[in-house]
Amino acid sequence: MSFDAKSIAETVFRQESGRILATLIRISGSFDRAEEAMQEAFASALASWPELGIPQNPAAWITTAAHRKLIDQSRREKVRDEKQDSLRYEIENLTTSNSDESDEAFMHFPDDRLRLIFTCCHPALKPEAQVSLTLKTLCGLTTPELAKAFLIPEATVAQRIVRAKRKIDEAGIPYVVPSADRLPERLASVQAVIYLIFNEGYIATTGDRLIRTDLCGEAIRLARLLCELLPGEPENQGLLALVLLHDSRRDARVSEAGDLIPLEEQDRSLWHSGQIYEGLQLVEQALRAGAVGPFQLQAAIAAVHAQAKTPGETDWPQIAALYGELMRRYPSAVVSLNQAVAIAMSEGLEKGLTLMDNLDAAELESYHLYHSARAEILRRMGRRNEAIQEYERALPLTTNAVEQRYLRRRIDELNRTL
Amino acid sequence: MRYMFLIYSQETDEPLSDDEIKRVRAGHKAVMEDAGRKGILLGVERLKRTSTATTVRMKAGLPLTIDGPFAETKEQLAGYYILECKDLDEAIEWSKRIPTVCRGNEGCIEIRPVDDLPKLNEL
Repeated sequence: MSFDAKSIAETVFRQESGRILATLIRISGSFDRAEEAMQEAFASALASWPELGIPQNPAAWITTAAHRKLIDQSRREKVRDEKQDSLRYEIENLTTSNSDESDEAFMHFPDDRLRLIFTCCHPALKPEAQVSLTLKTLCGLTTPELAKAFLIPEATVAQRIVRAKRKIDEAGIPYVVPSADRLPERLASVQAVIYLIFNEGYIATTGDRLIRTDLCGEAIRLARLLCELLPGEPENQGLLALVLLHDSRRDARVSEAGDLIPLEEQDRSLWHSGQIYEGLQLVEQALRAGAVGPFQLQAAIAAVHAQAKTPGETDWPQIAALYGELMRRYPSAVVSLNQAVAIAMSEGLEKGLTLMDNLDAAELESYHLYHSARAEILRRMGRRNEAIQEYERALPLTTNAVEQRYLRRRIDELNRTL
Repeated sequence: MRYMFLIYSQETDEPLSDDEIKRVRAGHKAVMEDAGRKGILLGVERLKRTSTATTVRMKAGLPLTIDGPFAETKEQLAGYYILECKDLDEAIEWSKRIPTVCRGNEGCIEIRPVDDLPKLNEL
């Protein structure tokens, strides 16, 4: 029985802690107080569930218990210090009708998690702090888990989170859903954080593994949550589609030995068809709304790749056109590089290479994918020595050991074809 | 919550064009009037150029007086506002309206929450 209580508590924590915390932060006005109360409530659950049995709705039980702890805490503070503050005022109002019914009413604020997302991803916080805080509060990742996921010391994670919470408090970052006129800008910031988490999982910047499925999974979960909470925003669907479509290839991207397998060499039967199906539907649904954005366009590109049964069937003209559209609306050096690759594949290698030569090299010179893309085209054109040189330029620019092995493999292959 | 808006601008030797002067003045006028009407304007000042600045630096416990601003940067502190805002989001909205005298619509505003001073008898 006690084992059951523990595993159920763990499941509730994993699945519901974001929701519970979001509500407690609204009530208490403080991340720290809310976290403390939630932890105490989980401790009470572990102590009482084995004897009293598992409650019908464990998450509601935890929220109610944590809410009571907040009230107790506030009463203790009141005795200690008679000065008024807003928290106490609110809690006094709440305690006048302290029945289970009123507790129940507290839990039904679908906005709470949205408030939490917007606060954690506030642009006034550093991007790495936004990422850590989002994963910690909304996904329930612990500090050691975060440290492991990003390969940084636990002390660094802890410090990032402490500083972010202090800034929220001292600089007055509000716990609100932004008003309609500010929503697009703020939503872009939330989407960027989710995509950053996904990319860190998908192509880990350091370490000896290419993919960290845990981070990809959390990013998908957050993208799904954002869709659920703000379904009227097609970019949310675009983001979810994009991460699902990329993630669908996870098992085909890495060999058993842990080596990178490029798209055209992947065993496409390993792609997850369920995720592809969902991704394709989302792209279609999003584009129908008629408010195109960068995530929808990138998802549309991923969708074209996903629909090709073999590399030869890839509709490169369509991909080139989509990159053209992306370039027209949201120009960047990386997009122009991808457009050049798509043109090389659809209109001729020579043309693609010329386009790449004319790109703004200053921005791309230190980008390993620029050199490996050039190398790839030169290799296909049979310009062996130049290809080797470009692969060698790419090599020191990536810190991921798996990508480095892939580049070395290409160099070795070319050297052998002498 | 009180916020200070530190205005950083580029100082150039070329005088601003009449149009630019008009744009900047109209921008400040609108902010001052609007904030004044709402009763949240707690302070606003313009500073003279950094060529008039003097820095007194303590070195080994002794004051050293030197010409010039604290730091030579591309953008210099040119003035400030203090506004009472509900939260940082409201402060960010105000900062978007405060003009900075920089070419090409650039420049920046640093937003800092103002701390409470302890009472004089507690100092």
